[in-house]
Amino acid sequence: MLRHKREPILADTKQNDSFVEFERVQKSYDGETLVVKDLNLSMPKGEFLTMLGPSGSGKTTCLMMLAGFETATHGDIRLDGKSINDIPPHKRGIGMVFQNYALFPHMTIAENLAFPLEVRKMGKSEREEKVKRALDMVEMGAFGNRRPAQLSGGQQQRVALARALVFEPELVLMDEPLGALDKQLREKMQFEITDLAHNLGITTVYVTHDQTEALTMSDRVAVFDDGRIQQLAPPDELYEQPQNSFVAQFIGENNTLSGKVTKIDNAKNTCVVQLDSGEEIDAVPVNVNQVGERTTVSIRPERVETNKERLSEDAHTLKAEVLEFIYMGDIFRTRLRVAGSTEFVMKTRNAPDQPRLRPGEQIEIGWLPEDCRALDA
Amino acid sequence: MSDTTGSGPMLAADGRPLKESLGRALRRQKLRALALIAPLLFFVLLTFVIPIVSMLIRSVDNEIVENTLPGAVPALAAWDSATQDLPSEDVYQNMFFDLFNASEARRHTRLGSRLNYETTGLASLFRTSGRNMDSIGEVFQDAIEDVDPRFEDGAFWYAMMNGTGGDAMLEMRRARWENLMDQDMSADIGFMPSQAIIEILPTTAAAYTDWAIWTVIDDEDVVSEEDPWESVYAALAIDLRNPATGPALTAYQGPGADALQALAAADLPELTFTEAFLDLDEDWGDKEVWETIVVYSPNYTAGYFLNAVDAQLTSEGVSMRPDNQQLYIQLFIRTLQMSLIITGSCILLGYPIAWLLANLPMRTANVLMILVLLPFWTSLLVRTSAWKVLLQQQGVINEILVWLGFVDDANRLILMNNSTGTIIAMTHILLPFMILPLYSVMKTIPPTYLRAAKSLGATNWTAFWRVYFPQSVPGIGAGSILVFILAIGYYITPEIVGGTDGVFISNRIAYHISSSLNWGLAAALGTILLVLVMALYWCYDRIVGIDNVKLGG
Amino acid sequence: MKFTKPILTTMALSLSATTSLADGHMASDMTLVSWGGAYQSSQINAYADPYVAMNPGVTITWDESSAEAVAKLRAMNEAGSITWDVVDVVAADALRLCDEGLAMEIDADEILAPAPDGTSASDDFGDLLVGDCFIPQIVYSTTFGYRTDMVPAGVEAPNDICDVFDLETYPGMRALEQRPINNVEWALLCDGVAKEDVYDVLATEEGQEQALAKLDTIRDSVIWWSAGADTPQLLADGEVFMGSTYNGRLFAAIEEQGQPIGMMWDAQVFDLDGWIIPEGLSDERLARAKDFIYFATDTQRLADQAKYISYGPARLSSAPLVGQHATLGIEMAQHMPTDPANAANTFLYNYEFWADYRDDIDAKFQAWLAQ
Repeated sequence: MLRHKREPILADTKQNDSFVEFERVQKSYDGETLVVKDLNLSMPKGEFLTMLGPSGSGKTTCLMMLAGFETATHGDIRLDGKSINDIPPHKRGIGMVFQNYALFPHMTIAENLAFPLEVRKMGKSEREEKVKRALDMVEMGAFGNRRPAQLSGGQQQRVALARALVFEPELVLMDEPLGALDKQLREKMQFEITDLAHNLGITTVYVTHDQTEALTMSDRVAVFDDGRIQQLAPPDELYEQPQNSFVAQFIGENNTLSGKVTKIDNAKNTCVVQLDSGEEIDAVPVNVNQVGERTTVSIRPERVETNKERLSEDAHTLKAEVLEFIYMGDIFRTRLRVAGSTEFVMKTRNAPDQPRLRPGEQIEIGWLPEDCRALDA
Repeated sequence: MSDTTGSGPMLAADGRPLKESLGRALRRQKLRALALIAPLLFFVLLTFVIPIVSMLIRSVDNEIVENTLPGAVPALAAWDSATQDLPSEDVYQNMFFDLFNASEARRHTRLGSRLNYETTGLASLFRTSGRNMDSIGEVFQDAIEDVDPRFEDGAFWYAMMNGTGGDAMLEMRRARWENLMDQDMSADIGFMPSQAIIEILPTTAAAYTDWAIWTVIDDEDVVSEEDPWESVYAALAIDLRNPATGPALTAYQGPGADALQALAAADLPELTFTEAFLDLDEDWGDKEVWETIVVYSPNYTAGYFLNAVDAQLTSEGVSMRPDNQQLYIQLFIRTLQMSLIITGSCILLGYPIAWLLANLPMRTANVLMILVLLPFWTSLLVRTSAWKVLLQQQGVINEILVWLGFVDDANRLILMNNSTGTIIAMTHILLPFMILPLYSVMKTIPPTYLRAAKSLGATNWTAFWRVYFPQSVPGIGAGSILVFILAIGYYITPEIVGGTDGVFISNRIAYHISSSLNWGLAAALGTILLVLVMALYWCYDRIVGIDNVKLGG
Repeated sequence: MKFTKPILTTMALSLSATTSLADGHMASDMTLVSWGGAYQSSQINAYADPYVAMNPGVTITWDESSAEAVAKLRAMNEAGSITWDVVDVVAADALRLCDEGLAMEIDADEILAPAPDGTSASDDFGDLLVGDCFIPQIVYSTTFGYRTDMVPAGVEAPNDICDVFDLETYPGMRALEQRPINNVEWALLCDGVAKEDVYDVLATEEGQEQALAKLDTIRDSVIWWSAGADTPQLLADGEVFMGSTYNGRLFAAIEEQGQPIGMMWDAQVFDLDGWIIPEGLSDERLARAKDFIYFATDTQRLADQAKYISYGPARLSSAPLVGQHATLGIEMAQHMPTDPANAANTFLYNYEFWADYRDDIDAKFQAWLAQ
């Protein structure tokens, strides 16, 4: 499945129905370096958008600017068409779930939930009604009188979620909310959160550095690095068609080989890359425009083929030496020496026809040209 | 434990019962732990527990009266102050021997000082009377020596008094001296009262034994070589007044029998001890003097505690002191009030500083922290004296206010030598004790709570008041307890800048320790202060809960 | 020393190597207790330095604890370890220590030097031998000083004790000692009580109330002091117009520091300061203490002390020997509280009265202060 090449920075063009909007937003703490560089982002109502990136990439700063805890040095942030730059956080009406839940330790669960309603001067009976409903929603109805410290991590997480939702905000921000949970619970909660978000139809901005989480939960993922959005796309597109080598490296496991473009066929949207070891391979030109340019090609381990029959006649192949073979149950993971690199990984399905390779064995590998992407150097 | 009926006790690998093995293993651990804390335990015991216990004892201890007057105190039991005017001759007679011995040992003035706390004038009464006891004795001594000059000779006396069988008397008199002197007096004195003499002349034997013990043990002389005290002659005269003595002496065959028989026949002075005492000082005829002795004769007294709460113990029972002598309750209340005010101002001033410390960037916070700790590195006396320079009427603060025109030169503010001075200076001195616990608690409150509150719709104030402040309360609690307890016992600062209405109860305690020497009253005041602090601590625990007090993360 | 060394070497090692053996069984270390400051310096100059010069090998340690001497001696006594050898105290404290059995009773003629003309020590010291333990050293007085520049225009400088109570003519703050002693006497004197009746009146409830009532009239204008250095400082800072303190402190402020302060000698209260020997010293230490006392209280030594501080020697025979100040070169006689010009109207601290009434009147005084 091929899609047209996108501009990596300005991601969305649906300006008219955008609910949350960042326009040319910059942020600097010290006046010398920019933490967020020229951020543009637009998301429609009801979308679940994840900001993904390594720490220091600017994703949390963006979230904080949206929440109102940081002010943008330059640019405009709009919510539902209105600029919120000058609106203090407590008037923005945005729900937020914090990394460590930030449940108030001196209040009971019910009091925690009632807090946002209380400050909105809601009547007692209505308040209690809403608190009960919110707790039931996250299946914590029996815990209203407990204190946060008496709950497990998962339970606290649910309460935090309920608290962010109880005053019915249209936008909810989540700052690595699952970071403190163990793997199993995390997976369960991922499902619950997306489910809830979709059922309630709320717009969600979710920050994480965990790519699996980002891929499984989001409608769209914005990959952050170096203060910029490197790519903003739905999960499948992000995985299969990374726009640059950072995204390719950051999302999923990835093999890279570097070389030089020797031929571009614009009609078939393919090119030939000569690796530094001298061998030639086929690739899709993504970030390369002319012959002679240096490039990094990226191939997913599961797209590497050993069976020549599945490749086209004229496809280039490479010689490889098996360095390591790991049996992982559902798949085999083979480490190969390819074109001078010893870190080339191939993943094959555990199928009856799949050979079990031995270290030292010489094989030949190849791939479909569209699975190999020639990216920036 | 009786769970062994069925299968028997669980056994360890070596066949011993498991419980025993475990106990043995744990005991070793416990002993090792004990050895590790032993130096501290010893230190705490020595420097904390023992002084406090000794203070508690001192606040009720009153043995001095009976130890100094071992004869007069029991004799006074027969005196009923309500119906009788003055005590009987027997009491005065016992008082004579008690005071005589006490003045030889120079203990009578100590008793006088003790009783002077209760009734004014007793110090000099005991001082001058004690000095004159021998002049009373001399009246009898001269008369006796006139009858038979052999009574001038120490060896003659020794031969007469020494003998066998008087162990009980010797031990009893020794015990009296030991009580009086609070020291061991059990050494051999080379004298044993004769039982025959004890039976005929009991008072003389007792007085002579008293003298003998003192002569050997304190003066380090030999009994047979020294002349007895005047009190022995007085005792002999008393014995001879007894109508039974004359007939008993006729049957007596021991050493000096002839001299004693002659003495019994002779005319000796008729002087009664009541007369002698009244002659010495008319105050001995004052009922109040004797009532004071009676009221304060028990070995333990509530008198000091009553004094410490502006009450007094008199022969009519417990009553409040007259208005113009009431001081301590007022001082306790003032101490508590001012400590509370100081704690309050420490909270008001310390909270924002602690908040800044906890929220500023590390580098700035460190500088601020040094400023907070700076007072700790200066001597307390220097700091307080510096406040003096600042606060006095011609001081820096007043000068600035006058210069700025806020205050008229003629009406400069009185900022010290009153409670204002104490509050200002002590707030400054105790501020770090509030800031540090507050800071360490605030340091542990993540800023996300405030953000969470704001994201939930709370204004800055609501977020602070509903979310941040309740979490900093344990810090306020810890700081308040520290500041309050330190303040309540403060002494130097109120002394220097407190004037008259800015002093604390501890200043009175110090006065009684170092100036009036009324250590019993000081101990009672100290004990009340201690109990007060413990009671407040208990209340605090009940209301706030001591678990909620945090000194740090 | 010369022959002790061979003796020591031949004797058993267990014998402690004190030099006391060489000095007629006197200890070689001595701890003297005094008040610190200029007063202690005058004692070092007049007594201790000459004594050490005469007795090389004696080490004198000073402890500035005289203000707490009574309490500390009692604590030492209870602990059974007396570390002081000779203690400088005021006469009232000496009396108290004597009453408590903490100071040694002395026989003046036995342990003190006679006057150069042969007059016995007891006659030379006369009435100043208060109590049985006290060895007088100096006569000082508690009197008033005032700021000469704060005297209102057209008014005579204060020269009568009752000027202290006259707020109309002499407005301004006063510094008084925070205890009843002296204050109540002055109050009664200025409330119409004749000098000879003062203590009889004070012995009664009514008299005590009368004195406090008189003090009440100036109460709002009083700063109460507790350390001798307070009043000179308050005067120097201009915090008070007049204040009571020890005459030596005022002398130092006026003559040595040149402060604008005047002396008011009227109704000055004479008091005594001197030595006591603590009860319970070992024989060697006692011998040393007595030796020092004998030297330090002789006629010349007492006169010498007046070169350094304006307190009068306690011996009659020392008075004619008082000369000039050691550094200022002023004739000291006229600055002595005992100088006839200064002593026109004086009081002598009544030790017996205050020993009895101190606790009682102090309680009332403190209660009055706290009202």
